[in-house]
Amino acid sequence: MGVLADDDTTPAPAAAAPVESPWRRFASEFAESRLALLGLAMLVAIIALALAAPWVSPQNPYDLAQLDVMDSKLAPGERSSTTGKPYWLGTDDQGRDMLSGIFYGIRISLFVGVTSTVIALAIGLAMGLAAAYFGGKVDAVIMRIADIQLSFPSILIALVLLAMLGQGVGKIIVALVTVQWAYYARTVRSSAMVERQKEYIEAAQVLALSRPRIVFRHLLPNCLPPLIVVATVQVAHAIQLEAALSFLGLGLPITEPSIGLLISNGFQYLLSGKYWISFYPGLALLATIVAINLVADQLRDILNPRLKK
Amino acid sequence: MLAFTIRRFGQSLFVLVVMSFLVFIGVYAIGNPIELLVNPQADEIERARATAALGLDKPILEQYGTFLARGAQGDLGRSFVFNVPAIQLILDRLPATLELALAAMVIAIALGIPLGLLAGLRPHSFAGRAIMAGSILGFSLPTFWVGLVLIMFFSVHLGWLPPNGRGETVALFGVQVSFLTWDGLKHLAMPALNLALFKLSLLIRLTRASTREAVLQDYVKYARAKGLGPRRVIGVHVLKNILIPIVTVIGLELGSVIAFAIITESIFAWPGTGKLLIDSINQLDRPVIVAYLLVIVTIFIAINFVVDVLYSVLDPRVRLGAAAAH
Repeated sequence: MGVLADDDTTPAPAAAAPVESPWRRFASEFAESRLALLGLAMLVAIIALALAAPWVSPQNPYDLAQLDVMDSKLAPGERSSTTGKPYWLGTDDQGRDMLSGIFYGIRISLFVGVTSTVIALAIGLAMGLAAAYFGGKVDAVIMRIADIQLSFPSILIALVLLAMLGQGVGKIIVALVTVQWAYYARTVRSSAMVERQKEYIEAAQVLALSRPRIVFRHLLPNCLPPLIVVATVQVAHAIQLEAALSFLGLGLPITEPSIGLLISNGFQYLLSGKYWISFYPGLALLATIVAINLVADQLRDILNPRLKK
Repeated sequence: MLAFTIRRFGQSLFVLVVMSFLVFIGVYAIGNPIELLVNPQADEIERARATAALGLDKPILEQYGTFLARGAQGDLGRSFVFNVPAIQLILDRLPATLELALAAMVIAIALGIPLGLLAGLRPHSFAGRAIMAGSILGFSLPTFWVGLVLIMFFSVHLGWLPPNGRGETVALFGVQVSFLTWDGLKHLAMPALNLALFKLSLLIRLTRASTREAVLQDYVKYARAKGLGPRRVIGVHVLKNILIPIVTVIGLELGSVIAFAIITESIFAWPGTGKLLIDSINQLDRPVIVAYLLVIVTIFIAINFVVDVLYSVLDPRVRLGAAAAH
């Protein structure tokens, strides 16, 4: 090491004009879009509500003892026949307060979406780096599997997997990881292939740095920007997929309804005009996904060098 | 060109065989269909007879061998539930699914490309921003929930459109279609719009992104410098260049539309293959699940094959690249 520090914390030469730190520049570029800021604010609020669900919900929607069948299918704003407390968003067929159901449902949806994305990201990262670094046979095998998998729509693969595995949070995470890892593997591989050709890698090699050091300290950080964009979009995608699978009755068990299951549950009452059981959970799901997509969109525009003037 | 096509065909066939094995093994792992099919009061002997009659007592590899040999002759087994050939069940319902998928694709293309072009040419205008905001919304809207809202509004509230079924059909070249009758069209409208929404947003974004990159290219500047009118620059120079990725994506998305039709069909009780699949999974009707997946996989592989070959026709670099790599 010695002279050439491999991080950018060394102070800039005094002669240079004051330079914005990369984080600050990133933040100010992000704030250029008011829509993206709105998305970020929504996202923060939704995450806070999901985390605080047990404390802010009027009832625990998973505790059957707290549900009152006498209160089933009440319209929004109607009061409970026993406690007299209003149900702001109505109740479902079991007397479950929809507002509480939504808070808890968002909690499950976010948990499933984020967990599966993180695991898939780790697997995809390892696979993509391995493919780019080793090349040859390893590359061919990994990418061939990814290609074949990506040529089939995620919902089909997840559907078949869940049909085999059955219901449950762990199982749906397995299914979501399976359908997602290939995106990351491909993204990492393609950016690693480009980065590998660049001079700083050559410089690191000339300095005789160890291979793991080159891969993890030099190559990996430079492959991250496109990966961040893909991961943000994928969280939204995973949440949507989980909701769709639950709606089809293949995701989570009915005892702990996620948003998709709440919607599915209300479907049968839709034609008789009891819209709120399906409508409000869907609105909450929509708000979550819109918020994530707004943030992801701005990230993509900032991190895409081709749109830079 | 011929060598490329043949090699690509060989790959497709290989993928098909691998997928058939995975599908067969995978579906075999799902529950025990005997539990559902035999009277719960049946004794052991009767259960054993039923198991043998369905061929479920043999080793799985032998079952797969039998399945492959029969499959090559177009026989994918009989439905446990309906007791008719599974493939016939699928083929009977395939036209409904294809009609829905194609209708959705037509809606997505007819709206998506013009809107995307507009948003790409004027990314900072009000219209450009509104289109992008709309596409983010379209991307974010959960398909199944949109279906429910459509039913809520057009069927329950307004009473204009029927919430389920296919309506009146007429035969077109021996295939029953809905879109040629008024009743059928009314039944088709909501499911097709529902299914189109996601692809519409995708096409808008793809067209916009390609357009934004294309208008910065030198050939566009050159075309403008030559004094060509904006209509010609956009209609010929830009559109032609952005069309290659768009055509590819449309081709590939056609398969995905068929898969996502599973959700739409479940909501609108559209009598297609997707609804059949969900019913079959719930009833553990293995032959139908396997047959559905194989038919879908075959359609996918065929679409990928055609798109790849078309791509190599449109863009010779692909072909040369593939040849150089070998």
